[in-house]
Order: sequence, then structure tokens, then C-alpha cells
Amino acid sequence: MALSDSFFGQKFGITEHDLQSYIDQALSAGGDYADLYFEYLATSSLSIDESIVKSAVQGVSLGVGVRVIAGERTGYAYSDDLSPERIRRAARVAACIAKGPAKVDKTGFEEANKRDLYPILQAPNETSLTERVDLVKRADRAARAYDSRIFQVQASYGDSLRHVLVANSDGVLSFDRQPMARLNVGVLARDGNGSPQRGYAGGGGRVALDFFQNDKSPEAYAQEAARQAIVQLDAVPAPAGEMTVVLGPGWPGILLHEAVGHGLEADFNRKKVSAFSDRIGQQVASPLCTVIDDGTIRNRRGSLNVDDEGSPTQKNVLIEKGVLRGYLFDKLSSRLLRSGVTGNGRRESYQHIPMPRMTNTFMLAGDSDPADIVRSTPRGLYCANFGGGQVDITSGNFVFSASESYLIEDGRITRPVRGATLIGNGPEALKYVSMVGNDLKLDEGVGICGKEGQSVPVGVGIPTIKVDRMTVGGTSG
Amino acid sequence: MIDAELASQVVRLALDRGASDAECTLSEGEEFSAGVRMRSLETLKDAGSRGAGLRILLGQHVGSSYTSDLSSEGIRKLVDSAIEIAAISTEDPYAGLPDPSELGFLPGDLELYSDDVSRIDTSQRIDHALQAEDAALSADPRITNSEGASFDAYSGERVFANSRGFLGTYRVSSCSLSTTPVAREGESMERDYWYSNARSYAKLESPAAIGRKAAQRALRRLGSRKVPTQKVPVVFDQLTARSLISNIFEAIDGDSVYRKASFLAEKLGERVASENVTIIDDSTIPGLFGTSPFDDEGVPTRRTVVIDRGVLTSYLLNTYTARKLGLRTTGNAARGLTGNASVGHGNLFLEKGDRSPEEIIRAIGKGLYVTELIGSGVNTVTGDYSRGAAGQWIENGEFAYPVSEITIASTLQQMLMDFAAIGSDLEFRGSVASPTVMIGEMTVSGQ
Repeated sequence: MALSDSFFGQKFGITEHDLQSYIDQALSAGGDYADLYFEYLATSSLSIDESIVKSAVQGVSLGVGVRVIAGERTGYAYSDDLSPERIRRAARVAACIAKGPAKVDKTGFEEANKRDLYPILQAPNETSLTERVDLVKRADRAARAYDSRIFQVQASYGDSLRHVLVANSDGVLSFDRQPMARLNVGVLARDGNGSPQRGYAGGGGRVALDFFQNDKSPEAYAQEAARQAIVQLDAVPAPAGEMTVVLGPGWPGILLHEAVGHGLEADFNRKKVSAFSDRIGQQVASPLCTVIDDGTIRNRRGSLNVDDEGSPTQKNVLIEKGVLRGYLFDKLSSRLLRSGVTGNGRRESYQHIPMPRMTNTFMLAGDSDPADIVRSTPRGLYCANFGGGQVDITSGNFVFSASESYLIEDGRITRPVRGATLIGNGPEALKYVSMVGNDLKLDEGVGICGKEGQSVPVGVGIPTIKVDRMTVGGTSG
Repeated sequence: MIDAELASQVVRLALDRGASDAECTLSEGEEFSAGVRMRSLETLKDAGSRGAGLRILLGQHVGSSYTSDLSSEGIRKLVDSAIEIAAISTEDPYAGLPDPSELGFLPGDLELYSDDVSRIDTSQRIDHALQAEDAALSADPRITNSEGASFDAYSGERVFANSRGFLGTYRVSSCSLSTTPVAREGESMERDYWYSNARSYAKLESPAAIGRKAAQRALRRLGSRKVPTQKVPVVFDQLTARSLISNIFEAIDGDSVYRKASFLAEKLGERVASENVTIIDDSTIPGLFGTSPFDDEGVPTRRTVVIDRGVLTSYLLNTYTARKLGLRTTGNAARGLTGNASVGHGNLFLEKGDRSPEEIIRAIGKGLYVTELIGSGVNTVTGDYSRGAAGQWIENGEFAYPVSEITIASTLQQMLMDFAAIGSDLEFRGSVASPTVMIGEMTVSGQ
């Protein structure tokens, strides 16, 4: 696609000549590299609460970020006004990071090679509002119909369409059109005068509206949320102490995101502040574990045709049969560590400096039957669903919070237990993985990852796995 | 500066287009950030942005929109967009603006803006970050590395207008200085941080003091170990105690209360905490981060006693949640640029007790002093509490060794009834504050 045919060419008349002049300005004090990130983001969100569609919001934001790299230094400025004077002013501010004569760079741009991972003709926000509001109304009805003990239902739907244009001083130009949609259902159940219990489910991705059908319909999410809340009504206090933990498939892959993913982001490793620094080639997990970060899976929430620095995304092996193989790079880290980029340079918006981030992080399937994994566990905890997690990348300690888990007694899943946090240490925890199931599942597509104040959409996935030793933070001895 | 009149124009335009009521928020801000690492400048960021948000009512239907385009065409689309989306919302009998008699703002200077924040020059800002990091790196030979230091500054303005005649505006500024050193000894590597923030540059703590404290905090974690699973008293330092107050906020937030999604719902007037617990929300204290002249619906802010000597005396409410509960707003409406207001807190704090943190620790035979909590394992619907923790193990009234990779668990109901001691060391480093707190017994889970 030529720039003149692109969204920014068409809508804002931006030309290659303009882009070149901004980059020249950005390198006017001698930086090594400069890039421009133009972003136009249209969002809409709707929510139903007490069976009333109480909230409906739509809006647009627009801006451009200018970055200049000089050695290890980064200068950054942005403008929410695309007039040439304002962009040039932002470029001059970003240029201040460098101190030297203007750099004359190559002229002309070539378009980066690009995948087409979300070939959606009609983005969700281009569909009629009535069709979209229908999703939350159906979810509300289905959750209430599931069980009379469900007394509160909130369902929300949100979508966005982001147009980006990235141009850099290496003469590379990338365009992308990035749709996203997400449907969430949260419910509360109560039995008599007992404490209410929460249930939560949802899904989405870089998809069109027809994604929300069959097992991804509003009814399916609503029933799943309701099921979880009803299960929790009978929950007993969670156990405390070290024990065997079996993680079910799918969202429990957040373990990988926290235990290893963040610690392998190249900015931390360039600075040698990660528990995984200087450990490439070392055994950091059991030989049953192969962990991948893959930004190229079609229609997934964490996928991108090009990352937010214009580099094509790819499939990166992080851990292969337990051995640490690679880190996740953005442009700055790859320049400084003289490594290739991995397509992991991401940012929340034009107001943010890119940094290495995960895309879709998962563990490859093994060959154990999930039922055998549970049967082989005399006593332990089976975790089916999680809330959020967090990691201290320096000590390597990480947590993740189980929202639906059960005791395993004599090789059988028995009573549900109340919410509890699990804690472990990144480079150690996966060494205790003793069985890996043949049932790899990716999550439903609702993950959000926060780092240094920036949120980006991500995916996770895992087969059923057995971890022989992990600390469970309940209250029951 | 933004033209405050623009907000009134947006409101008028919405009424002209058929809205029965409208509220408009304008916001403008300039951010600056200088990051240094290993004694060298690493990042400089300097930029500003603006935005407008509109929420309209068409009868009892509500629609909201926002834009970053404040041109006349952008504003026209903003209004169209809100009207269009209101059509798909359902009639909500409780939706509506505050009663005109409730609108207004606090008089006088609340000391939210100081021009010294934008006056100091870039080289001085960088220098502060360099000094803070240097103080940390120089504090001890075991501080071998650093995640750097940063100086951040912000100044901005907020304007709010509604169709009941309210037009208000205020400016805010803030600056902060922080550093995160990394300590190493043998195989043990730990990081920690310290910071200072203020609405005025003049009130920032010295870079050297921030750096030294950050270094001490990282050093004291070296060589940490797990402890066996057991039930012991747990002392939360000022920083981690603050998170308990934030947890309690979620439970007194009118939104979760009217939905009965809080363990404190339907408990007004009941004893919910030990008698030494008094929690206050006060948005009127000059110069603090939770202070503002009016809330995000144009209602004047105030001081609300939430828990008075153990008894739950008030929830925090905006207009909507107050109507749902048959109460009056407490001036706690919060929102970004647009949408239905949620509930926010002002300066929310636990009143100080009379014992120093040292006295509290000295009285403990065996227990845990928590300096870091991670994860999101607090359920304010059920009160279940389980979080990852790190800190110091207490033996015979003294710190014996650092601990990490453990969790602490209980329920917020039990914890509130078990505030065995409250420190005298209350200070405001943000909009939530707490002195040191000791909970009589929690489950520590480790080996």
C-alpha cells in the first residue's frame, strides 16, 4: 500500500516528504535513530448493570509520538495535533537528547513486509450499535436464567480500531489497522444469608463481531461466570503451605507470563536487573517445558502484524526443553545488545515510549493425559481459573491469584476452595514441573499486562501441568 | 491554558441538539520525565495533550463521548457522538445530574498548583535524578546496580461545566523524584525503591535522603528466606498499611455497596473494626494529592468520617450511588474525561495511634514486619485476603532476618477487628495514608 492510499495519507494528507522532514528535524542534533508513531484510535464501550444499559461511551484520540535514540539515550515527545508545526516542534524537543551535528540519513521509505493476521473487513466498531448492545443484553439474560441464586449481573462490551503508521530513519514505513473486541460478564451469587461470591468470564481478540457465537457467545460466557460463582458458594478455606499444584489448561498460563515472561524482557536483561540475566543456555525449567512467545497467531488478542516500532512480529522460543534460549527485544535493546529484533517493541499509545513486551506466551503441549495428572496426585490443589498476577523481576518472586480451585484428595478433584494467592520464584518454579498435559489451550482473550505504567493486550496459554512444589497462601493448616 | 468557556459552549451545543442535560469535562496537561541510570542520562520525555469529554441525558437515557480534537469540527463530532450512543442505552430512573443546591466549590487556595514545578530547568531536573541515584549507589558496596532514578513533573488544568449552571476550573501540579537501586550479595539479588512527591518543587525531599533510604530498603532484603507456615502477628509498614486502607475503600465505595458486592454492604451503624480504628476521607486539606475544590460532578468536596472508633458511619458516594442507597452524595464523584461518574476518594487515611513503630515491634515475640505486598489477592466481596509478601522476621522484639516468597492471609473482616496496634507515624505520600499497623494474627504461608 502506498502512503497516499493509507489511512493517514487519505485522512490527514501526510506525505513521504512530510515524514522525511520530521525525521530530519528529529535527527537535527545528531541522534543515531529516530521514529514517528502516528496513532488514530476509535473506541466504544457499553455495559449493562441491573439489566439496564447504564453506560455507553464512544470517542476518538489522535496523536503522534517522536522518538530519538542516541547511544543508550532516548528522547521522546508527542503531539495530539498533526499540524506540521506541532510535529516539528515535538521532533525538536525529542532531538534535544543528542548533542552533535545533524545526521543526514537516507531519504525515501520502503514499506516493511507485513503479515495479515486479522483480515477483518468490517471491524466491530463499524457494526451497528444495536448489534453490539444486544451482546450485553443476551449475557445479562443468560446469567440470570442460569440459577436463581445469581442476583447481580454486569456485562460489558468494548471495542477499538487503531490505525497506526510507523516511519523510521532506516527508511522503513509500516501501516497497520488493528481491530479489537472484548466481552466480559461478572456475576454475584448468594445463598440465603451467606457471603456473596463472584464469578467472571469473557473473551475476545482481534476479531469481527461474528466471533461471539457458539462457545464464545454471550450466553456461553454468562453461564461460565454463573457456574464459577455458584461453585464458590460451597468453597472451604484454602490450604496454607507448600504442596503439589495442578494447573488446568488455558488462562492459568499466566504462570508463564509472571514466572518467566517478564524476567526475559530484554530491557531488564540489558541492565542485568532480572533474575534471568546472563542465564541463556542454563536450565531454568524442567526438560518437559518449552515456552514460546508468538505474536503471529491469527486473530489473537496479543497478536500484531507489526509491533509498535514497525517490526514484524514473530514466533520466539524463550525456553526449549527447560533451557533458556532467548529474550524479548525492542529496537533499543537489540541495538545495544547487538541482537536481532523479535517484534516485541510495544507501547500503550503515542504518548508512551516503546519497550519490550510479551505478545501471546504459552507452553507447548506434552504427552500426559490430563486425567492421569490429577490421578497421580495424592494431595494437592487443582487451579482452574486465576485472577491477576505480579512479579518482582529482580528477586524473581511472583504471585498469581487462584479464583477457582479445588482440593485434590487421593487423586481426585474434590471440594472447591476460596480464593488464594500462589507464590513462587521464577527461575526455580518451573524446575518442579513433573508432568505436562497434551491439552494446550490458549486463554479466551481478555488479558491485559501492565508494566511501568503502560497497559497492553496480551494472551497466555498452557496445557494441564503438575508442579510438585509451590507455596499456596490460604488460611487452613 | 484552556478556555474554560469552551466547556459551557459544549454544554449549550448539546442542549441545542436535544439533550435534556449535559456535563462537559476539559483537561489539559504537560508532562515531563527525566530518567537516568548508572550515572548517565537515559530518557527525556516532554509533551502535552488535551481532551474533552461529554456526557448527556436524553430524558433518562445516558450517552458519553470523548475526543482529543478540540477544533470546532472535533467538538461537533463529540456532541453528535454522545447523542448517537445515548439512543442505545436503557432508561435508568436513577440517572441524572446533582441537584443544583448541591453544586459548588470550596473557596480559597487549596495549594494544588505551584509554578515552581514548571519553572525549574531541565538540567536541574536531570541533576536531581543523578544525585538521588548516586546517593543510592554510593551508600554501600553491595549496591552494585540500579534500575535508575527519575524526576517527573506534571502540570495541568481541569474544567467542568454542566447544564445546571456549574462552571468550575482548577490547576494542579506535581513533581516526584524516585530511585530503584539493586543490591547483590552472593546469589541474592534484590531491588527496592524510595521516592518523594509533592505538589510543589520546594516540598520535595532531598535527592540524597531519597537515595540513601532506597539503598537501605534494598540492602535489608538481601539473603531473604522463607519461613515455615504459621499464624503470627503481622506489622504493616506505612507503605503496605496504605494498601489495607485502599482495600477498605473498595468496600465502602458506593458502587460496590448498592450492588451488595462488598463485605461492608448493609453494615452502616454497625461495629466493623476495633475501637482504635477511625478512617477519614478528607478532600479539603490544602496541598495534598487527594484534595480538590469540587468533585467530578461539580459537588464541593468535604471531610467524611467513614469509620468512627470502629463503627461504620458513612460510605463514599456520588450522586448516582447516593440515590440508589437513599442517601446524599458525599462529594466523591470521580471520572476521567467522560462516562458515568464512579466513586473516588480524597485523602483517605487511618487516624494515627500513640505508639512509635519501634515500640510496636519491640512488643512482639515472634512475627512478621511487611515491607512489600504483591499480587491482587484481595476479594472485597467476601473479604478474603491472600497476598504475596516480603519483609523482616521479628524475634524477641527485633528484626532477625529478611523473609520473602511467602504469603499472608486472613479475611478483611477479621483483620479490621484485630488492629492490635496503630502507630503514631502518619504521613501523606499520596492520596491514601496510614501509620504503621499491627494485625494481631494472620496466616503466614511459606515452607
